[in-house]
Amino acid sequence: MRCSVFLKTMILKPQLQDLKNIGYYSGRIIIGISLTMLVPMVIGLLFAEINPALDFLIAAEIALLIGLILTKICFTEKDLNWMQGMVVVSLSWLAAMLVGAIPLYLSGHWGSYLDACFDAMSGFATTGLTLAQDLDHLSYAHNLWRHLIMFIGGQGIIIVALSLFTKGLSGAFKMYVGEARDERVLPNVISTSRFIWSVSIIYLILSTLVLGIIGIANGMKPVNAFFHGACIFMAAFDTGGFTPQSQNMLYYHSLSFEVVTIVIMLLGAMNFNLHYRIWTGDRREIWKNIETRTLCITIALTFLITVIGLNQVGSYPSAIIMFRKGFYQLISGHTGTGYATIYARQFVDEWGNLALVGLIIAMALGGGACSTTGGIKMLRLGIIAEALKQDVKRIILPERAVVEQRLHHLKEIFLEDKQVRAALLITVSYLVLYGIGTLAGMFYGYPFLDSLFESTSAAANVGLSCGITTPGMAAGLKLTYIVQMWAGRLEFMSVFTLIGFFVAVIKGK
Amino acid sequence: MKRAIGLIFFCGAACFAHLPAVCLAGQISSTELINNAKEYDGKSVVYVGEAVGDVMMRGDFAWVNINDGENAIGVWLNKELAGEIKFTGSYRSKGDRLEITGVFQRNCTQHGGDMDIHAQGIRKINLGRVVSEKLDTSKRNFVFILLVVLCLVFVFVRRQK
Repeated sequence: MRCSVFLKTMILKPQLQDLKNIGYYSGRIIIGISLTMLVPMVIGLLFAEINPALDFLIAAEIALLIGLILTKICFTEKDLNWMQGMVVVSLSWLAAMLVGAIPLYLSGHWGSYLDACFDAMSGFATTGLTLAQDLDHLSYAHNLWRHLIMFIGGQGIIIVALSLFTKGLSGAFKMYVGEARDERVLPNVISTSRFIWSVSIIYLILSTLVLGIIGIANGMKPVNAFFHGACIFMAAFDTGGFTPQSQNMLYYHSLSFEVVTIVIMLLGAMNFNLHYRIWTGDRREIWKNIETRTLCITIALTFLITVIGLNQVGSYPSAIIMFRKGFYQLISGHTGTGYATIYARQFVDEWGNLALVGLIIAMALGGGACSTTGGIKMLRLGIIAEALKQDVKRIILPERAVVEQRLHHLKEIFLEDKQVRAALLITVSYLVLYGIGTLAGMFYGYPFLDSLFESTSAAANVGLSCGITTPGMAAGLKLTYIVQMWAGRLEFMSVFTLIGFFVAVIKGK
Repeated sequence: MKRAIGLIFFCGAACFAHLPAVCLAGQISSTELINNAKEYDGKSVVYVGEAVGDVMMRGDFAWVNINDGENAIGVWLNKELAGEIKFTGSYRSKGDRLEITGVFQRNCTQHGGDMDIHAQGIRKINLGRVVSEKLDTSKRNFVFILLVVLCLVFVFVRRQK
């Protein structure tokens, strides 16, 4: 009783300064988002798409207006504390969804503003689930925006804003962490942001060239080939999963496209620290790193489950076809991309339960920490597996034996209980999130496995669909998936902080 | 009279007996094909939709994706048939509306397991057209109103500084 009284008195109502800091930095990030809308607007003008260009001008003006008003009303020179940083991140993502959805809604290709918000969150969170209608007639400008928001969201909305800051900001690290990036590549967060952007832009240029040339060789018009190349890269490297056409990867009917996108998806699933090591010539780190090893093991195991499942139902006429279809969907699911070379209903109708479970496990696990993937992530899985191994050793070995808990992630790390606890906490949070979405799906009448598939895909920011995500889906389920995509992308802490902040506003003294 | 009634019954019964074959030969939607792929696998189907995206030439053959408003399915056809397609659907154009007669493949062995239709014939139902874009004046006016408000706010912010 005394304890609860003590806890109640601990909740402090946020001060005006808290609100000013949150409002000011959120405003700056919204201004940043408004500036990014100029890119599709220019593309629209280049392709003589006047109405789409107006859509982006309207959205950019609204965002700029909101941003300017917020930065004016809440002007402050004070730096962010941890709570404010986390709240800014979670609110900025919601604001990005709301303003990012404006041009989509104005295009008339989304049935409602909620549908447009769904796709905007799906884009920013690099999920790839879509409620777009008549995608095959969408303008270049809107299509670019769909893929650009994946690029921005994959790198991190805050990273974009940080990259624009010319001088250091000590509160930057708090926002950087709030966006589910607890590792810095370089000592300074802003240098890290710029490194991430530099790497991504070099990959963008190279991949666009490669995919464009493949596209032309496959019979596409040069403009379309390079436009698709850029869009496909942005969605594959940021493990998003949008494509410019309604058939997803089936549109291209091309093995070379599949092979190149597998490589890009795997690059996107790699920790940016590993990219840095490769770029600085330390290639041995890739093979020593716990994330790479864990990823290889989980790909092998989940692929084995999937192949056994596919073999059981005999969906595919030959082993080569089974490998091609099974491996592509699995890598796409495991890296959290969501590219598919089969139709959504084929997962349910033709894959069988075991293969589907293999794919769901792969989706739930995700890729590397400090990468663009969603899901539990390899580092956490590696830490939990290592801790479990050491605990079993402790039981088997004599009591006096000293068991050393070590793992290699960029350097030799002695595993501490708090690291294991943190890894377990986030893993459990993900499992709960997958469960909540599954329950919601079942509440709306979908079978268990279908609901689990779609929920895992949304919460782990994958984007593969078994057919539940359609424009006709219930509004409640759309909202559930939006929350799942948002919480899953931010890895909970900033979302929990936002919830705590609102509780403090209501109940605090 | 009895003979005539008997003949009508006989014809009716014959029609019912042949109904499944008639259905398979008739026009089928993409959703029906995808959801009942096993049933239609290897069968001749008639599929109607709009040609979208690129006509992708591959040697003597080509890929064209046909969207019936529900989904798009890849159609593999020879280059002579592909040459008949004049417009494909995009933001700028409405694609030719085609009736494809061909063999449906659930997991095509020739094309890496893709679900596709190997066309034997195509018939143009409607010729596509270029879609001319008309300026949406309400959007233009809204842009100007927002611009004025934005300028006022900007001036206010600058003055306060």
